Amino acid sequence: MATPSSSVSDVLGVARKRRGEQAIKGLLFLAALVSVLTTTGIVFSLLEETIGFFGEVGLGSFLTGREWSPLFADPEFGVLPLVTGTLLISAIALAVAIPIGLGAAVYLAEYATPRVRKAVKPVLELLAGVPTIVFGYFALLFFTPEVLKPLFGEPLAGFNALSAGVIMGFMVVPTIASISEDAMSAVPGSLREGAFGLGGTKLQVSTRVVFPAALSGIVAAIVLGASRAIGETMIVLIAAGQQPNLTADPRESVETMTTFIAATAKGDVPVGSIGYETIFAVGTLLFLLTLLMNAISIRFVRRFRQVYE
Amino acid sequence: MIEVDRVTDKPPVTPNLSTQVAERDVARPDVPREAVFALEGVQVCYGDVPAVAGVSFELYKNQITAFIGPSGCGKSTLIRCLNRMNDLIPSASIRGKVLYHGVDLYADGVDPVQVRKRIGMVFQKPNPFPKSIYDNVAFGPRVLGMKDDMDDIVERSLRKAALWDEVKDRLKTNAFGMSGGQQQRLCIARALAIEPDVILMDEPASALDPISTSAIEDLMLELVGQYSIVIVTHNMQQAARVSDRTAFFNVDLDGGRRVGRLVEYAETEKIFTNPDDERTKEYVTGKFG
Repeated sequence: MATPSSSVSDVLGVARKRRGEQAIKGLLFLAALVSVLTTTGIVFSLLEETIGFFGEVGLGSFLTGREWSPLFADPEFGVLPLVTGTLLISAIALAVAIPIGLGAAVYLAEYATPRVRKAVKPVLELLAGVPTIVFGYFALLFFTPEVLKPLFGEPLAGFNALSAGVIMGFMVVPTIASISEDAMSAVPGSLREGAFGLGGTKLQVSTRVVFPAALSGIVAAIVLGASRAIGETMIVLIAAGQQPNLTADPRESVETMTTFIAATAKGDVPVGSIGYETIFAVGTLLFLLTLLMNAISIRFVRRFRQVYE
Repeated sequence: MIEVDRVTDKPPVTPNLSTQVAERDVARPDVPREAVFALEGVQVCYGDVPAVAGVSFELYKNQITAFIGPSGCGKSTLIRCLNRMNDLIPSASIRGKVLYHGVDLYADGVDPVQVRKRIGMVFQKPNPFPKSIYDNVAFGPRVLGMKDDMDDIVERSLRKAALWDEVKDRLKTNAFGMSGGQQQRLCIARALAIEPDVILMDEPASALDPISTSAIEDLMLELVGQYSIVIVTHNMQQAARVSDRTAFFNVDLDGGRRVGRLVEYAETEKIFTNPDDERTKEYVTGKFG
C-alpha cells in the first residue's frame, strides 16, 4: 500500500497536456492579432501614397495653405479649409449632442422609473441604428428648408454646415446618452444614500455626486461621440455642400476631410496621380487627428477614474 | 476632543459584559428622559412582504440606543425609517407612526430633505464621495446653503470626529486615500457638519478592524453629550459597551413568513444581565444568532 505522501505526488505529478485549451488559446490570440494587424495595415497603406504626396507638396504649405483645389488645372493643396470644415461641423454636432445626451443620461439613470428606463433606452439606442444617409436627407430636405430657412432667411445656403452639424448631433445623442447612462448607473448606490442622508435633493445628488463620480465614463462617451462626428461622412456629403471653404460661418457650405475623400475616391482620378495621392494624405491627417483625440481621452479617463470596492 | 492615542490602550474585546456595562453607567449617570422618537405600531413592507412589524417604543434624547438581533430581524430596515431613507427604495412602504419630537415624519407635507438634515446617518460601509477630504465634509453645508465660514465648519466637524489631527495637512487630498477607519470617521464628520440632532448609525464598525472600531465607539461616547444616537449592531459587546438602552429584535415565523419583531427593549444593563424574555437571554448569551 502506498504511503499518503506518495499517493499525493502520484496525483500532482502528472502534468497532462490539455489540447483543447491550447487550441482555444491560439484562436483567442489570433482574434486579438487581427485587430492589431488591421491597424498596422491601414497605416502602411496610407503611408506609401502619403509619402509620394509629400514628395511633390511641402508639408508646411499643406498644413497652412488656405486654399484647397487639388483637382484643378492649377492645383492648391492647403488643407486648412477641410480641417476647419471638419471642426466646425463636429463642434456644432457636439454642441447639440452633449447637452441633450447628458440630459437624457441623467434622466434615465437618476429620475426614470425602472419601467420607463426599460422602454426608453432601447428606443434611444435604435436611433443610433438609423442609417446616416437617412439623417443626411432629413437634414437636406426637411431641416434646412422647413426649420433653418424660416429662421435665418437668405444668408443661409441650401447646403450649409449648420444643418449637417445639428442633425449629426442628433445622430450622436444615443452614443453619448447610452454610455453616460451606463457610467452613472455604475456609481454605487451607497454614494447616493450618503448624499441623500446629508439632506441633498435629487438634483443635487445627481449633479454633485453621481455625475462627478461617473466623469471618466462620461468623458469617454463624449470622446466616442466626437470621434463619430469627425469620422461621419454621409450626412455632410449630402447636406453641407462640398465647398472647401475657410469659414467659421455655419450658414455657409463647407467640405470636410471625410467628404473630400469619399467624393474624390468615387470620382475618376487616375491611380498614382497627385489627385489620387491627396486622398491618402488627407486620410493620414484624419487618422492622426482621431489618434490624438483618443490619446487625450485615455489620459483623461485614467486621471479621473475612480475605483470602487 | 478625543486623544487618538488613547484608542490603542483599550482592549478591543471585553470578556465580561456585565462589568463593562456597570463601569459605563457609573461614568455617565442617567440624564432626564425626553423622547426624541416615539414609534407607534410601525410596520415596514417591501412589496407585500412585511420586513418588520408591530414596533412601538420611545428612543431618548442624549442616549445611545442600540438595535440588536439576528440577520433578517428588520433592525436595519427600522433604523432607515427614522430618517426616511427607505423612501429611496420604491417598493418599501410603512404603516404606523414615527413621531420625531412629536411630529409624524410620514405625515403629508413633511419634506424628507428637511428630515435628513435634522437626522444624520452613517452607513455600514464607509461611503466617502470621490472628492477631497475637505469637500466631503463641506458637501452637506453646501447643498443646504449654510452661511457659516466653510473652513470653520470643516475644522469643527473634523475635530468632533477626532480626525482633525490626522488629516489637517492633507485636507485637499482624495478621501479614498484614507484607511477604512478614517473614512468612517470622515463620514461621521460629514454627518456632523450639517449640525443634526440625531445620528443614526447602521452597523458603523462592521467593516472595520478592532482598533478602528474602538475609535468609533469612543467617538460615540464623546458625541452622545450633544446628540442622540441610534446604532444598529450585530456585535453584542459593542452594544453593551456603548449603549444606554438596547432593543432586541428577533425573526418570527408568521404564517410561513419571516417577520422581524421587537422582543424586548430596556436599559442595556438589564438586557445583558437580567432580560425578561427567554429569547433575549439566549441571544445575548450566544446560544443563537
